Amino acid sequence: MIIATAVALLVVMVMALVRALLGPTIHDRILAVNVFGTKTVLLISVICFISGRPEFIDIALVYALINFVSIIGVLKYFEYQGASAGEGASD
Amino acid sequence: MELILDITLLSLLLVTAVYIAWTRDLFAAVMLAGIYGLLSASFFMSMGAVDVAFTEAAVGAGISPLLMLSTLAICGRAQRANPQRAILALISVTVVGLLLISATLEMPAFGSPDAPAHLHVAPRYLTDSMREIGIPNVVTSVLASYRAFDTLGEVVVIFTAGLGVLSLLGLQGETLPRQVQSPMAEPSHLVLRVVGKVLVPPIMLFALYVQFHGEYGPGGGFQAGVIFAVGFILYSLVFGLDAVERIVNRSLVQALAALGVLVYGTVGVLGIVSGRNYLDYSGLAGDSVTGQHLGIIAIELGVGITVAAVMMLVFFVFSAQLVRGRVVQHAS
Amino acid sequence: MIESAVSVLAAMMLGLGSFFMISGALGILRFPDFYSRMHAASMTDTLGTYLIIGGLMFTAGWGLPLFKLTLILVFIFFTSPTAGHALAKSAQLSELRLGGEQSGSAKPGAGGVHSDQHPDSRDLARADRV
Repeated sequence: MIIATAVALLVVMVMALVRALLGPTIHDRILAVNVFGTKTVLLISVICFISGRPEFIDIALVYALINFVSIIGVLKYFEYQGASAGEGASD
Repeated sequence: MELILDITLLSLLLVTAVYIAWTRDLFAAVMLAGIYGLLSASFFMSMGAVDVAFTEAAVGAGISPLLMLSTLAICGRAQRANPQRAILALISVTVVGLLLISATLEMPAFGSPDAPAHLHVAPRYLTDSMREIGIPNVVTSVLASYRAFDTLGEVVVIFTAGLGVLSLLGLQGETLPRQVQSPMAEPSHLVLRVVGKVLVPPIMLFALYVQFHGEYGPGGGFQAGVIFAVGFILYSLVFGLDAVERIVNRSLVQALAALGVLVYGTVGVLGIVSGRNYLDYSGLAGDSVTGQHLGIIAIELGVGITVAAVMMLVFFVFSAQLVRGRVVQHAS
Repeated sequence: MIESAVSVLAAMMLGLGSFFMISGALGILRFPDFYSRMHAASMTDTLGTYLIIGGLMFTAGWGLPLFKLTLILVFIFFTSPTAGHALAKSAQLSELRLGGEQSGSAKPGAGGVHSDQHPDSRDLARADRV
């Protein structure tokens, strides 16, 4: 069952990455990165249990934290975006 | 299972890397660089390199995108289109790449136990570490005791990076305009303020845990320093730069950055004073194993202090640039 | 008896969590605009995480990993909804319309001057479409 969960997590990560590559607006990409980060937390926890060394869960805790702070950082970027001189251009 | 995991993660890594190189929109590139960091950390984890995964998570997926975003907020988001294609550069890079790949075909297979790198000191470290140093985490014992010189070099590199950032951006005068209100401190961001306040103490506590538990599990000075800095960065993001500068002002952070390197060097000198070599901790206490423990704790503390201070310093300097840019724009 | 009940419970929670996550990811791919994707992502993210971490907690047994998993759970309890809220609020403030269109056109030079007013009175619109 844990292995099935790991496979499901990989599938979800692929789908989130597709949204990050496709997303027409910036917010879609930020959303995809957020989802990706949370799934990485879960994937690390599941890998720890699969490989039989559950003492490495500290890493998942760090990822959860880092994911949150970087999302807040991205949103702070939006607050400051008006101060910049350049504007976004499309690909 | 390992094979599926490795293949999936590496192919996602390839797709992300190609897209980062291809896209013209730098914001998308930064977001995907965050994903790249998370993927790298995942497959370091699946290879069993836990300490490296820890550091990659904290730095590559957290601090680096934050700093790159601060830069983008100053410079703008679009990459300038370069009209001519560099055909000569492409050809030379391809040729050199092929030469390098053909040179590596002669080397031993990746990770093979017969490679010369694994036959010389590595078995000695693995077999003697528990007896001589007595801590379960062999990575910490190698980094902090057997190869303490290299770690000293790393700490000095981090300190120098902080110096470099300061010399480029920070020495133009430190008066922040006090009347600029951070937009996030307004009541409409109440949820973020409350949650931010609740989360900062556990982050600090977790950083201290990682620092002192680095001998028994994954962790150590580098990771702990980054997590500690992330706590302050979170506070600065939610409440504004002037709120953080009231708590730790710039000169204190600069002094701490130097203090960490000083502590590290001093422990090395204490090794000389006790009659042995530089950075040999066996003489620091009556019994050699206790001396090693004391030495490792002391230098990890030095590393943690320097890394935390430099990360905070770099972030604050970048934010000060942003704030200064907005003030200039308000004044104009 | 208790062990098999616990392991069955853990397997059920893991399976349910995986189901929620996959349905959330399908939503992210298939929904037409940002706000509905946000809805799918944030709700299923949080619930799926709780269920999976809960299932892992049941398989962990008593010890330090159980405590660390509890910490992860509490942490995500605080931060995942907050991140969703902050993201939706930021999208609202940059005036992302429901159909994905921006309101108004981009004014490159005038974007920065109004930033310090109260956010609800801002009327600038920036071209965020990439």
